[in-house]
Amino acid sequence: MADDRYKKSSPYTADRGIPGAFEGETVTRRRFMGASTHALGAVAASAFALPALGFALGPVFERTKMPWQPVGPLDDFTKDTYVPRVIQIVSGIGEAGKTTVYVRKRNPEIDTEPGGDSAAIVISTRCNHLGCPVRFTAAAGKFICPCHGGVYDFRGLREGGPPVRPLDRFYTRVDNGQVMVGPRYSVNSELRRFSPRDPGEPLDGIGQYMYPARFSTPEKAGR
Amino acid sequence: MPRIKLPTPPIPPALKPRPARPGTGNGRVGPLDQAAEAGITVVDWIDERTSLSGGVRWMLFRKVPKGTNWFYTLGSAAMFAFLSQAVTGVFLAMYYDPSPTRAYESIRYVTNEAFLGEFVRGMHKWGSTVMVILVFLHMGRTFFFGAYKYPRELNWVIGVVLLILTMTMSFTGYLLPFDQRSYWATIVGVNINGTGPLIGPYLSDFLRAGPEFGATTLSRFYAIHMLLVPGLIAALIGAHLYLVTKLGTTAPPWVKAKPDEKLTESEV
Repeated sequence: MADDRYKKSSPYTADRGIPGAFEGETVTRRRFMGASTHALGAVAASAFALPALGFALGPVFERTKMPWQPVGPLDDFTKDTYVPRVIQIVSGIGEAGKTTVYVRKRNPEIDTEPGGDSAAIVISTRCNHLGCPVRFTAAAGKFICPCHGGVYDFRGLREGGPPVRPLDRFYTRVDNGQVMVGPRYSVNSELRRFSPRDPGEPLDGIGQYMYPARFSTPEKAGR
Repeated sequence: MPRIKLPTPPIPPALKPRPARPGTGNGRVGPLDQAAEAGITVVDWIDERTSLSGGVRWMLFRKVPKGTNWFYTLGSAAMFAFLSQAVTGVFLAMYYDPSPTRAYESIRYVTNEAFLGEFVRGMHKWGSTVMVILVFLHMGRTFFFGAYKYPRELNWVIGVVLLILTMTMSFTGYLLPFDQRSYWATIVGVNINGTGPLIGPYLSDFLRAGPEFGATTLSRFYAIHMLLVPGLIAALIGAHLYLVTKLGTTAPPWVKAKPDEKLTESEV
């Protein structure tokens, strides 16, 4: 008996002496029924599980839209200091959807970043350590984060503390003298532009590959 | 009719109820006797159809090792903390509104106006801290008593998953009052999730339902907090308890096994 166990039996059910076997049949009907039941069960389970999972994961793959918002005439702003303005980044959730941004005019002497040609510079207040709101301290000419002591210089470059990259910026354009603020973008320590990343994600060296661009990157609404 | 046989509790002989004298039990049946009989009948009726009593006896009347002490109650304490969170949470859900514009107001109503609202919310709020502390103490007990060793490794793994789920509950529940503290704590917490390499950015997008804290972030956290994770925790507590009963508990490390003298002699 023990030797029989390892002996290869015939693939044909008829040869194995199974009652009611058909000529040339290799899968017993009992086995076929069992497999079909499992397959149907899998189909039924995925029929509700996959749509539900997709429903929950959907927002990860959805591109958001960010409309251009006016923050005031260009003449309201100077080269030497920042002026706080409130813009809405998410609609329909009241105050929680608003954020402060800091606006100033471009100063060609210090703003030498690649590809920079906008008339205004709009800096996000979201600290790139873990997302607390930074405040511009005019006396020091620096941005300071209240949570863990991140310090950024006048251009938003990291000067001290735990932040991993400079402050994010917003796309800007000037319409009839009005400064318009568009979607956010992130920058590395050379102020090179990247699609927006979350705080805590460095963009220098290997960082840009460790923290890839997201599907949810907002698209600029038409001009 | 089968009767459930329960072990007699250790009552001093002087306090034990005396058995009825022969010939006196045939008198009138008092309402107390009837009530007891009715209860037994109901339990027997269920037991005859489910055989539940065997499982209950298996679960409750099992042998525990010598040296079992108060530290062994930390697991049950953590479970009761979870049950308290579940009950108070269900009732808080009757008043809570997971909308970004109304959540704070509904919590304010619960705290300041609803009858016993401050008390029930306080139980839920402080109970969550108590639960985390108890879970960690229970984990420490298991570790220092060596109760994670063979054959209890799987129970340790389930316990670690329960610890992570407890932390998930703490994280998602913290946002729900929707005041300044919970909003910024959640921003920071989601961003910490985002710092995981490669999948971090997508994980934080999943938690927020988008690139920014948005209209459905709060309801997403609420659903995770009150539906997804509690269900998982309840199921895993069941598996945890099953394994505790199946494998039994360990003796404390300072209790040395004392083999039977006869056995020792025969082995020599």
